[in-house]
Amino acid sequence: MIEISNVTKTYKAGNKAIRKLDIKIADGEFVFIVGRSGSGKSTLLKMLLKEVEPTSGRIIVNNMNLQRMPRRSVPKYRRKLGVVFQDFRLLKDRNVYENVAFAQRVIGVSARKIKENVPEMLKLVGLSAKYKFYPNQLSGGEQQRVAIARALINNPEVLLADEPTGNLDRHNADEIMELLEQINARGTTVIVVTHSQEIVNRMKKRVITMDKGIVVSDKKGGDI
Amino acid sequence: MRISTFWYCLKQGIKNICRNILFSLASVATISACIFLFCLFFSIIANIRHMTYLTETTIGITVFFEEGMTEEEILAVGDEIAQRPEIQEMNFISAEEAWESFQADYFQGMEELAEGFADDNPLASSASYEIFLKDISDQPQMVAYLEKLEGVRKVNYSNAVVAGFSNLNKLVGILSVAIIGILLAVSVFLISNTIHVAAAFRKTENQIMRLIGATNFMIRAPFVVEGVVLGLLGTVIPLGVTYLLYSEAVSYITSHFMNSVNASGILQIIPLDRLFPVMSGVSLGLGVGIGFFVSFFTIRKHLKV
Repeated sequence: MIEISNVTKTYKAGNKAIRKLDIKIADGEFVFIVGRSGSGKSTLLKMLLKEVEPTSGRIIVNNMNLQRMPRRSVPKYRRKLGVVFQDFRLLKDRNVYENVAFAQRVIGVSARKIKENVPEMLKLVGLSAKYKFYPNQLSGGEQQRVAIARALINNPEVLLADEPTGNLDRHNADEIMELLEQINARGTTVIVVTHSQEIVNRMKKRVITMDKGIVVSDKKGGDI
Repeated sequence: MRISTFWYCLKQGIKNICRNILFSLASVATISACIFLFCLFFSIIANIRHMTYLTETTIGITVFFEEGMTEEEILAVGDEIAQRPEIQEMNFISAEEAWESFQADYFQGMEELAEGFADDNPLASSASYEIFLKDISDQPQMVAYLEKLEGVRKVNYSNAVVAGFSNLNKLVGILSVAIIGILLAVSVFLISNTIHVAAAFRKTENQIMRLIGATNFMIRAPFVVEGVVLGLLGTVIPLGVTYLLYSEAVSYITSHFMNSVNASGILQIIPLDRLFPVMSGVSLGLGVGIGFFVSFFTIRKHLKV
């Protein structure tokens, strides 16, 4: 369960990115967060990732109060979240296998476990045959699949996707959304920030619309 | 820490070095210069100290007493002198011993010349004390003290040798601290810069690591490895050079100068096997320490949680 209560975020320049925001997201939900640029979507994701601290209010993720979380506990908390970005953020000097293994290696998973988990994850995202390819040898859709595999390899409870289809054509965007739906069906809470009205309408999921830092609508079943 | 994690950090650290090879080389060169100068000054200072020690133990102060003083009176003054804390060793040489020693030194093979003196001791008023100090830099004040003592006729000492060693020691010390200090500052700046560049190269990687939940230790480790490897390389190279140069210098000085100059036995160079273990230990501590601490503190700026 993610519980955002009365959260406000004002940046140093005085810019109010979030104003008294209240959102609840149940375990296993699939939620779209939509809104224009500057509506506060990205700030919300950053606060969930504990990259940015709210000015006031309370954020609870799976019974953990983020404001009371000591700095040393942040890495462990982040291991329960998976993150996917619009620009994929893959390591260009490493192949598909190494990019996915990287997420386990840096949190100290054993080499034996990594060898077991990575092929399984690549199978899930449909890239088993391309495990030796480097990012520049892959299409945008494939690169985003690698990024999703990397986000999922540590079995996160929540997957945060920031414009995951922003750099993809219609066909690839649909495939990525299908993949996210599959992941959600396995029990992972999925939160997708997007601009694409088309995708939102087609997916028929819960849609939270933000504008100027507040929720202007929260509808289930699609349409903004 | 898992062994695989250790190898991973080591590999990434070495990768960092290879990525910024020019910066890395500049860092290694500066640390090498710093450590080489350290080794050079260390060798010089150690040898000067060694020679000073030899001077202290072989060149003493000789105190002669007024004519007509009895041996008891001289021994009484000797007891007073012996109270001084600067003294390491003090030997009384009676007039008879002085005469015997003189004969042994100057009439060897011509004993008939000494026989002319019969029982008359020409050095009858040359009973003396030979004094060796713990620290040769205390010699001026000790001489001043002795000269003021009642009954003391003359104080013999080697002012030039003492002053020479003392001044040389100070000069080399100041010079080495100044030069090593400057080079140390340059090394710190260059390593810090190299680590900054490496961190900029790995910006995306570090961001991903942070968001995936890697600990600060895991993010920091490759950079610290990089700093330590740079420090290690920057130490091993000058140590090797110093080893070769010192061996050559020892054999050259020994064969060309020692026999002619070193009549007193003061000019003795410390053998390499005695000097090198201490010098390499301190140098490794210095080089690796610089690498470790500079990288550790530089990368802190990039560890925003």
